[in-house]
Amino acid sequence: MSDEKMKITLHVWRQKGPSAPGELKTYKVDNVNPHMSFLEMLDVLNEELLQKNEDPIAFDHDCREGICGMCSMVVNGRPHGPRKATTTCQLHMRSFKSGDEIYIEPWRAKAFPIIKDLMVDRSAFDRIIASGGYVAVHTGGAPDANALPIGKKDADEAFDYAACIGCGACVAACPNASAMLFVGAKVAHLGKLPQGEVERRSRVLNMVHTMDTEGFGACTNHGECSASCPKEIPLEAIMTLNRDYARASFSGDE
Amino acid sequence: MELNARIPAGPISEKWDKHRFELKLVNPANKRKFKIIVVGSGLAGGSAAATLAELGYDVDCFCFQDSPRRAHSIAAQGGINAAKNYPNDGDSIYRLFYDTVKGGDYRAREANVYRLAQISNNIIDQCVAQGVPFAREYGGMLANRSFGGAQVSRTFYARGQTGQQLLLGAYSALERMIGAGKVKMHPRTEMLDLVLVDGHARGIVTRNLITGAIESWAADAVILATGGYGNVFYLSTNAMGSNVTASYRCYKRGAGFANPCFTQIHPTCIPVSGDYQSKLTLMSESLRNDGRVWVPKKAEDCRKRPREIPEEDRDYYLERKYPAFGNLVPRDVASRAAKEAVDSGRSVLAGSPAVYLDFGNAIRRDGEDAIRDRYGNLFDMYERISGENPYETPMRIYPAVHYTMGGLWVDYNLMSTIPGLHVLGEANFSDHGANRLGASALMQGLADGYFVIPYTIGHYLATAKQPKVSTDHAAFKAAEEAVKGRLKRLLSVGGDKSVDYFHRTLGVDILWEYCGMARNEAGLKKALQLIPELRERFWKEIRVPGSASELNIWLEKAGRVADFLEFAEILCLDALNREESCGGHFREEHQTADGEAKRDDHKFAYGAVWEYKGDNQAPALNKEQLSFEYVKLATRNYA
Ligand SMILES: Cc1cc2nc3c(=O)[nH]c(=O)nc-3n(C[C@H](O)[C@H](O)[C@H](O)COP(=O)(O)OP(=O)(O)OC[C@H]3O[C@@H](n4cnc5c(N)ncnc54)[C@H](O)[C@@H]3O)c2cc1C
Ligand code: SF4
Ligand code: FES
Repeated sequence: MSDEKMKITLHVWRQKGPSAPGELKTYKVDNVNPHMSFLEMLDVLNEELLQKNEDPIAFDHDCREGICGMCSMVVNGRPHGPRKATTTCQLHMRSFKSGDEIYIEPWRAKAFPIIKDLMVDRSAFDRIIASGGYVAVHTGGAPDANALPIGKKDADEAFDYAACIGCGACVAACPNASAMLFVGAKVAHLGKLPQGEVERRSRVLNMVHTMDTEGFGACTNHGECSASCPKEIPLEAIMTLNRDYARASFSGDE
Repeated sequence: MELNARIPAGPISEKWDKHRFELKLVNPANKRKFKIIVVGSGLAGGSAAATLAELGYDVDCFCFQDSPRRAHSIAAQGGINAAKNYPNDGDSIYRLFYDTVKGGDYRAREANVYRLAQISNNIIDQCVAQGVPFAREYGGMLANRSFGGAQVSRTFYARGQTGQQLLLGAYSALERMIGAGKVKMHPRTEMLDLVLVDGHARGIVTRNLITGAIESWAADAVILATGGYGNVFYLSTNAMGSNVTASYRCYKRGAGFANPCFTQIHPTCIPVSGDYQSKLTLMSESLRNDGRVWVPKKAEDCRKRPREIPEEDRDYYLERKYPAFGNLVPRDVASRAAKEAVDSGRSVLAGSPAVYLDFGNAIRRDGEDAIRDRYGNLFDMYERISGENPYETPMRIYPAVHYTMGGLWVDYNLMSTIPGLHVLGEANFSDHGANRLGASALMQGLADGYFVIPYTIGHYLATAKQPKVSTDHAAFKAAEEAVKGRLKRLLSVGGDKSVDYFHRTLGVDILWEYCGMARNEAGLKKALQLIPELRERFWKEIRVPGSASELNIWLEKAGRVADFLEFAEILCLDALNREESCGGHFREEHQTADGEAKRDDHKFAYGAVWEYKGDNQAPALNKEQLSFEYVKLATRNYA
């Protein structure tokens, strides 16, 4: 791998606040080391802006190892950038070449209002979980963990859905800004396990209701969500969600 | 400072039951009259906030991320221990207790560790009931694996994402209580001070990270679950926002800080690649099951391609030095050996320290598919970060700061030296003594939050009998003014250096250099001279643009680094004071003829608790003497 320094031109969305107008601003970053992560490249740019007394670019990030789900930016039109199954913080500059122009924009969705620059408010996701994305057990008194066997296949599949990091890339990728993949992942995770069975019906109804009132769009089967998902949550999550929702809606009383 | 550990009398296996019976209870109808502040939403804070709300308390929970689900517990990979003995391989509560005390190099409190081992089993039950998808066997039973420092398989796991799954379990319980209106969640809010009224912890002062608003919150008790302080080293496996500010502010308000020098360095992390580097990434310890660690025998071979170096010119130093345990020696031993190899001029990465972790043998033996099956996701992660394919060329790894055993001192009820201030999870000085065993931090965080604090805080509330206070109280106003003054001071320096410059100098050039994997008197004294000098420069040369009344990333960082710059001094003082080697603390003056750690139980079988005495005064050292009634003190030996 070459260590040669790269020259990159960035076009970054700058917006002072939720209701301020925004625009793309151009920055040149020379001396980009190909081993840098994408966010480290932005750190370097922010240091330069500091020296020039300019406002730093605000972006969300914390773990920088692809698991907290906090980093969130659209890079060259793709949420989290060009690399498959990779969050922005795990993207490295060797995925680009010297002379490249890179466009960086925030998640765009009505349900995720922009706070500043690349930072958005994703608290709608928390409210969806609060409305039903759990098994309602109090602490204490749980039966022995092995009292209820769960087949390895079911456990593994439940895990695949539970791997969602709540980043919102699926919403940003969707032309309708739908949250179906995120909601489907939780419904499918708990739906695969016997512990989730009791509340299956109320869970899906409540979560979908919250999803709708938060302003997420409808699903029209583009599949962009799953293609952009850094954890590769499969589209089957949405099928499970639709099936559970249909059953719950038509299953009469409660 | 009075250090009454409040360890209940009686045989160790009966202490917790007896204690629970003796604790005073709060009547169910009265619980909602008590407001509890929980700072932190990781495994410790999230589980505590959810459980206390379920019990009926009125809870306010705070975190600095945009959602409680993003606390750094999410990053834990390997697993969580419990004494279930499902594999029937001889595990028991007593053995988990014993291993943890021994693994901690005999610097933890026996009674606490025993309780932790007892509770470990309830944790697994609770998490399964929440829908945590642990790994399972084909028959449907839970799977276990073995982890460093134990001879039994007691580690429960969810692929390489155990922390994520456990945290999402706690988070879902927390969100349920938020949805029910029992917990008020305050994300993107940073605690900047603790407020005391009549000597009791009665609230906090926070800054809203979006608007900059400084606000006060009053309560009947405060719980701190703000994680570890590993980021004082600048580069660590912690998250970017991990900080010591919350604990350190409590220290300055009178909470004793215990064993700050007990820091854990994890042997297998991806090495530093340049000075732009912002954090280090852990590669799971499990890789050492199949990977062989080596460096070239001759320094001049270090720039060659590894595959060109013949077997006889390689130094498999762990296998050479520790034939019995080989590549599986505990973390502290493996880390020091890597440093020794690099210090002898044999780093395998130009401009940065690194050793090889080689899967060549394992791939030839078991085939690439078998290795992919075992470690595929880790190999992918390595490739994403380093750009090298570990199936073809050995990984390059180096130790990195990972966990902090030190923290605020707490008694058996998890209460600090400030009445009403309780500390959970990695933020307290914990049950891990001088070294934490793998898969034990997740266990401790959840034990504290789900199963200890819900009992002990009731006792405090039922007996403290403090009058209600509101944020109009003068103590809140004074604390708010102090916070605002500090922010203003940071903004007004007007120098030309960035926060990161100071953070990096402190962490990399001073702490890692003089108080890292190996420490000695001269180096520590040097650090104790450099830290105040750097602090002085910080307050003259830092540039923090913008204002306090808006989102200001530089100001956030500057506040945290200002506290690191003070805290680092206590860390080094503690390391200087502890003239012995134990666990993660290795003093070069105290080693055996073959370079192994030498403890001094006669002089140092105590928890060192530092007490704030004023800004220009040395802190006072208080001691909690440890007594070992059940586990016999012995030398750890892995040769
Ligand atoms: C990469 C990695 C891998 C690990 N793997 C394992 C493993 O396999 N097994 C194991 O047992 N342990 C492991 N550990 C250790 C373990 O994950 C941690 O010790 C544990 O999760 C800490 O939990 P906590 O709740 O105490 O703190 P955290 O999860 O760090 O939570 C801290 C909380 O406090 C909040 N906070 C902090 N400061 C402030 C402030 N000033 N104001 C407001 N809020 C604040 C944060 O927002 C967050 O919500 C690992 C650690 C790392 C870094
Ligand atoms: S489904 Fe995928 S893209 Fe959507 S929030 Fe979860 S991890 Fe992110
Ligand atoms: S910063 Fe945590 S996933 Fe990117």
